[in-house]
Amino acid sequence: MTDTVETVEPVVPVHPLVALGEHIATSLGDAIEGYENAFGDLTLSVRLQSIVEVVTFLRDDPKCRFIAFLDVCGADYPSREFRFDVVYHFLSPHLNQRIRLKVQTDDSTPVPSITGVFPGADWFERETYDLYGVLFSGHPDLRRILTDYGFDGHPLRKDFPLTGFVEVRYDEERRRVIYEPVSLPQEFRSFDYLSPWEGTDYVLPGDEKAKN
Amino acid sequence: MSEVDVRNFTINFGPVHPSAHGVLRMILELDGELVERVDPHVGLLHRGTEKLIEYKTYLQALPYFDRLDYVAPMNQEHAFALAVERMLDVEVPRRGQLIRVLYAEIGRLLAHLMNVTTQAMDIGALTPPLWGFEQREKLMVFYERASGARMHAAYFRPGGVHQDLPQALVDDIGVFCDEFPKALDDIDTLLTENRIFKQRNVDIGVVPLEEAWGRGFSGVMVRGSGAAWDLRKSQPYDAYAEMDFDIPTGSNGDCYDRYLVRMEEMRQANRIMKQCVEKLNAPDGKGPVSSVDGKVVPPKRGEMKQSMEALIHHFKLYTEGYKVPAGEIYAAVEAPKGEFGVYLVSDGTNKPYRCHIRAPGFAHLSAMDWLCRGHMLADVTAILGSIDIVFGEVDR
Repeated sequence: MTDTVETVEPVVPVHPLVALGEHIATSLGDAIEGYENAFGDLTLSVRLQSIVEVVTFLRDDPKCRFIAFLDVCGADYPSREFRFDVVYHFLSPHLNQRIRLKVQTDDSTPVPSITGVFPGADWFERETYDLYGVLFSGHPDLRRILTDYGFDGHPLRKDFPLTGFVEVRYDEERRRVIYEPVSLPQEFRSFDYLSPWEGTDYVLPGDEKAKN
Repeated sequence: MSEVDVRNFTINFGPVHPSAHGVLRMILELDGELVERVDPHVGLLHRGTEKLIEYKTYLQALPYFDRLDYVAPMNQEHAFALAVERMLDVEVPRRGQLIRVLYAEIGRLLAHLMNVTTQAMDIGALTPPLWGFEQREKLMVFYERASGARMHAAYFRPGGVHQDLPQALVDDIGVFCDEFPKALDDIDTLLTENRIFKQRNVDIGVVPLEEAWGRGFSGVMVRGSGAAWDLRKSQPYDAYAEMDFDIPTGSNGDCYDRYLVRMEEMRQANRIMKQCVEKLNAPDGKGPVSSVDGKVVPPKRGEMKQSMEALIHHFKLYTEGYKVPAGEIYAAVEAPKGEFGVYLVSDGTNKPYRCHIRAPGFAHLSAMDWLCRGHMLADVTAILGSIDIVFGEVDR
């Protein structure tokens, strides 16, 4: 090897996203529970009651200007005390930067609605309510949106089965569409891909007898 | 004169109205012919895509993205592929990137041709869709020749694209790029200065820019209102950074400006396609089309016959798939309809823990009530056409 490529390590004082996170965290105090920069995305954990205040700040602060609303969605982590994450995404066309906010809630604690700040959040919050059962306080019209009229349950929760509970078909005799419990000729085949060599906790049927 | 009992009239628009662009049901409250309130009922095409994806490996989840905005299938795959690649830290070879850009622009043409011409049909012009669909047909043949399917291609995969393009196909796309502007000019002469078309579109559904941002609009919906915002320029992905193209913007934010922006975007897309063809034919445009380390993209069949390692990789990648490091990511592309984003949460296994699909059409349709208030009943179809919705992505 004759030619060596000379690289000058650039002095990176603070990543711009980290600096932005720092700025937001110091300006808002304890409304921000933490921030991290992973995979090139800035994520802020926000206290549940402060979400409207934080979102308004992000929109109006001259150093942020996250004026573009993108997305609200939920995520379910059943093992946690507050099982749901409500995840917000915003875009700042001025900074050319995205930001993600997360609040934690459960199925009875309502999240303050941000529809007053971003009218576009209306349907996204309805969707989160529909699919996860997360309640939003102050939402003008919190109805189901994607699921069927008269649907029961919140389908994206982890404890909701993939196949659902009811299926519909057209009944020739009654001449209308009817709902009946799902019947599958074959169970949904869910394979377990976790390697047994990596310390999984298998419960094999019959094992409990050996312990007694 | 005796008192007359005046009451508003509520009508049901859709779900199978031809200008409802699929299965949209709208409850319109009318005062005479003026629209007082619009309540869109969506979800008639809800298939639970996000739930299904949680039960599939990353590779198996990909074809669901074709079925979102089925007018431009590969653009959706692109967002998912980018999200997974960013989490896995996989680099796509240059030829793979060029092919992706080429097909993403073909998707843009597909979507805009469909939208511009059917919007014209919604407001009474019958010829444009016939002319537009002739061009779409050619583009769908390009889809088929690359992937084997006219629509549900499953062609962009994490790590690259599935197959290389045959040289004859690249040449034919080059020929198409030379002929297409003529066809586009024909559609242009039919519509742009057409008196009826202008009467139906100018000053209808005006969106001020500030309102557009706050309502989650993106793509043509903000460009029509004057913002030169395009993710292909501002946050370039794949080979877009080396492409030379312009971002058309409107000034009034009405349906007519959005139409003009779409027409110009088609010309720019054609320009990008031409550059892609050139670059694919250049010597540095040759090479592999997908990641070759065998850890994400399964090896080719021929290789499998010769190499034991390739055989193992092939088997493992098609059964178990690959594991994606734990974390979360939001990846977005400039789909023809606007910013199409994928919010992906991985728990370190071979299946996504959560995959939220941020469809541009969903945000646009949610503003339907605000856009239509005070307009005439006939304007509802013009507005609906110009916000460019496809129910595959709205209902997911």
